[in-house]
Amino acid sequence: MQTANSVGLVTPRIERFEEPFVLASGDVLPGYELIVETYGTLNNAGNNAVLICHALSGNHHAAGRHSAEDRKPGWWDNLIGPGKPIDTNRFFVVSLNNLGGCDGSTGPNNINPASGSQWGPDFPEVVVEDWVNSQRALANRLGITRWAVVIGGSLGGMQALHWAVHYPDEVANCAVLAAAPRLTAQNIAFNEIARHAITSDPEWFDGYYGRQKKAPVRGLALARMVGHLTYMSAEGMTDKFGRERRHVDENHDDQVFEVESYLRHQGAQFSTRFDANTYLLMTRALDNFDIAADTDGDLCSALAPIRARMLIVSFSSDWRFSPSRSREMVDALINTGKTVSYAEIETDGGHDAFLLNDTQYLELMRAWLNRVQLDAL
Amino acid sequence: MRFDLTRIIDWVPKGSRVLDLGCGDGEFLAQLEATRDATTLGIELETANITEAASKGIAVVQQDMDRGLSNFPNQSFDVVVMAHALQVLHRPHAVLADMVRIGREAIITFPNFGHWRCRLHLGLLGRMPVSRVLPFDWYDTPNIHFCTVKDFEALCEELDIKILDHDIVSGPGTNVLKSLAPNLFGSTAIYRVCKK
Repeated sequence: MQTANSVGLVTPRIERFEEPFVLASGDVLPGYELIVETYGTLNNAGNNAVLICHALSGNHHAAGRHSAEDRKPGWWDNLIGPGKPIDTNRFFVVSLNNLGGCDGSTGPNNINPASGSQWGPDFPEVVVEDWVNSQRALANRLGITRWAVVIGGSLGGMQALHWAVHYPDEVANCAVLAAAPRLTAQNIAFNEIARHAITSDPEWFDGYYGRQKKAPVRGLALARMVGHLTYMSAEGMTDKFGRERRHVDENHDDQVFEVESYLRHQGAQFSTRFDANTYLLMTRALDNFDIAADTDGDLCSALAPIRARMLIVSFSSDWRFSPSRSREMVDALINTGKTVSYAEIETDGGHDAFLLNDTQYLELMRAWLNRVQLDAL
Repeated sequence: MRFDLTRIIDWVPKGSRVLDLGCGDGEFLAQLEATRDATTLGIELETANITEAASKGIAVVQQDMDRGLSNFPNQSFDVVVMAHALQVLHRPHAVLADMVRIGREAIITFPNFGHWRCRLHLGLLGRMPVSRVLPFDWYDTPNIHFCTVKDFEALCEELDIKILDHDIVSGPGTNVLKSLAPNLFGSTAIYRVCKK
């Protein structure tokens, strides 16, 4: 189905980078591939490009559909498209699957050229800095010397922030949604539970499950159930599920709570689409992110290099990346005299709210993005 | 734009860094950027206003000034403006002290509770004033801290705040009484102050 304000049918493509890629850890990837989707057209001046940074389980498919039969569009289709807040009539939008992912970019599922077998758990550790550096190589490939906007939510927001701090001349505007300058202990703890669920699955095989033609689907499903739970708010769950019950299936009289059924479904679906090694890699990247790591934890010094016009957005019911975490960044930006807008959106949507259709949120994004001055770049 | 804002635009030096506390839809800051070449930041409570300001290209941070302004460094702005908000604050004296800490100068406008209508309501009718500028009943009003021009000046004295300039203005319409006795007939007081 094609709707009037959709980017329509899209086809991802692979960009291959042959040169060895030195990671923050010191490990070297002997070349890599990134799977990319773009929407809209890069203008002659090359100054209308928007980089979409995805979160933990996201990928390159942010808008439109791959085929007319696709049940769902890309994960940020409500924000990206002609006439939408990230207006593809105006912007050239670049969306990729990050390095270490499992949706087409080089990751644990690929063959390690050195050994001739699947990387699996031996895929090198990748951190936010590495993603930004590979995104930078992609920008170079596409002829983009400065992004009009770098935008992301959650882990995506951390990439956007890293861009603004480390490449201040290459980011004109930066939107950091539902994010934090670093994770709290509680947040790392949730990630550890998720990882433990995966690594204690009997079919984990120390991460070499691929060689056994197996996958730790139960562990991965449990990891997703825990994760998903933390992305919702108590009020939102009461609204969505309450204490309603439903039949387990048509053939049985057994009933479960709606919320049980929902979590099981989410877990089961995720465990077949996502790779367990990638999940571990992505959650570790989250845990390790600290924008102020190089400045002894001082956030003001850390954000001082920023030159981009900044937008920080938090969501009232987000307890995984609570508004106070966004305020830390806002206060540091104020302290260092940056151009910053900030809003806490009142919503039941929890952490996931940055993906959802909230009128106030979408209108704010539209208003802010409309004022991105392309000619001033 | 409201008449008190039109009046204070001239009080903002060209090229200033301006912070507007309770900036509403950002119209005043947009005017300052356009006509005074100012660099601006607003703080505001309502998301809808922040969006409206964003559509004008004005940067606004959502913040409740009643919870303090400690996140703003000393002397980080040339001018800190607060128009028609003093009376809604829980701790107006604390915000006032912060304004002259954050800005080299501060500009404040507030409804003049010494206006003749207010005096008439309270003095003769024995009722809390309700007017075009202050249209709320006493039990259901955001305006919880009224003051007169004299009260405000006494507070400035107490806080070691120097009054650089002041005026009392009213809405459109010429009225000889307003120019003769602004204290009694002007509806909005405006002050430009700094730390002593």
